[in-house]
Amino acid sequence: MTIKGKAYIAGIYEHPTRHAPDKSTSQLHAEVAKGALEDAGLSRADIDGYFCAGDAPGGAMAMVDYLGLKVRHFDSTDTGGCSYLVHLGHAAEAIAAGKCSIALITLAGKPRTGAMPPRASGAEADFEAAYGATTHNVYGMCAMRHMHDYGTTSEQLAWIKVAASHHAQYNEHAMLRDVVTVEDVLNSPMISDPLHRMDCCVVTDGGGALIVTKAEIAKSLKKPQVRMIGHGEAMKGPRGGKDLDLTYSAGVWSGPRAFEEAGVKPADIKYASIYDSFTITVLMQLEDLGFCKKGEGGKFVADGNLISGTGKLPFNTDGGGLCSNHPVNRGGMTKIIEAVRQLRGEAHPKVQVPNCDLAVAHGTGGLLGVRHAASTCILERA
Amino acid sequence: METTVKYPTPQGNPETKPFWDATASGKLMIKRCTACGEPHYFPRSICPFCFSDKTVWEESSGEGTIYSFSLMRKSATGPYAIGYVTLKEGPSLLTNFVDCDLHGLKIGQKVKVVFKPTDGAPLPFFTPV
Repeated sequence: MTIKGKAYIAGIYEHPTRHAPDKSTSQLHAEVAKGALEDAGLSRADIDGYFCAGDAPGGAMAMVDYLGLKVRHFDSTDTGGCSYLVHLGHAAEAIAAGKCSIALITLAGKPRTGAMPPRASGAEADFEAAYGATTHNVYGMCAMRHMHDYGTTSEQLAWIKVAASHHAQYNEHAMLRDVVTVEDVLNSPMISDPLHRMDCCVVTDGGGALIVTKAEIAKSLKKPQVRMIGHGEAMKGPRGGKDLDLTYSAGVWSGPRAFEEAGVKPADIKYASIYDSFTITVLMQLEDLGFCKKGEGGKFVADGNLISGTGKLPFNTDGGGLCSNHPVNRGGMTKIIEAVRQLRGEAHPKVQVPNCDLAVAHGTGGLLGVRHAASTCILERA
Repeated sequence: METTVKYPTPQGNPETKPFWDATASGKLMIKRCTACGEPHYFPRSICPFCFSDKTVWEESSGEGTIYSFSLMRKSATGPYAIGYVTLKEGPSLLTNFVDCDLHGLKIGQKVKVVFKPTDGAPLPFFTPV
């Protein structure tokens, strides 16, 4: 069975807030669900599938009850920030199999208002927890080794932030709207070597939601049709410490699976949403997805090649996690939303890619340098 | 400068008890599979490579090289350097580098294990040779 062409993203909504101390997390989930339904032109009673991850208070059972849903299919897979890219693939599978016909996927939370609960740990806890792995230093280790093996430089990484900032200036909701230079990035304080503050994404409250449905329903709605044509997912960890290699991610497996199912190549892609928890995350994913060879990511992103209108691969035209939004420290949802905006022609005119009919939304979740998952979604304008 | 850090006490379990018993006497143990010959870390009862249950404890030399690292410039307990060490025996493990100039660390540098106390079993760390 393939999901190719079987599922359409009929509704999208990104919460405009970046700081929501006066709202509850469940409330934010409900607000984004409402927003996505309105965008799709559907009502809550139409929903028969629900997908959420670890950010949903109480999990799927609590959320389904809180939202007043009546569902016949649900999935609360949690793979950190890429959970929603996984959910989109799983929703497409469920729709293709007839298990549901209108699926809701929500993300929301408030890390800007207060610290997030610690992530759950497995059998490794006694052997790793004491060493203080955070996102910053674990992604820092990946960057350090990538620089060692391939000569990647901080200047090259900085270009990723520069490109994101060029896009964020047009996004009225972006947390950081100032255009920055490579020098600005290099002069920002070192957080965890070799990553500077401007190599890191923003911390924001907020959320987003998607409505995924089958062709017959999508075609009856008013919005331009965007459909899933390929999906891949994968996981990677240190695996007993054998042949450790931090310079590639599980994207080397999820990407080819998605491209093969879609029947397209990286070179065909007009717009790419690439998870940007840190600049190094983007660089490694571009290599892993096949936009350039392993080790050549630095050269690929330099000189503004990710800037819409001038670069060869427009990326994260909303400003991404580096400048606009990284709700709940989980960037997968907003990656999908901006890709759909591009395919609908609804991106800001200054960053809209002309005739954007094929896009990729891709992300990793968990900790890139330790244990993580990856999910790649190929989307096209129908 | 080392800030005094209180490290978490390993909880231990039946599968890993021999490892923590060994750290109390200053030994770093790894597991080796006698079916496929591969060593691994952290220790499991079933080999992550061939899925055999023929795994045995083996004392590591405690010597290795830095695979990668990152110096966290600020934290509640001061700066610290996380990294992976590739042991002479093969497996790589996550650790912190201690008792050294954290700004002088280099990929490929030779390091050796040192143990730091907790309220229970001591924890392995690494320091440049």
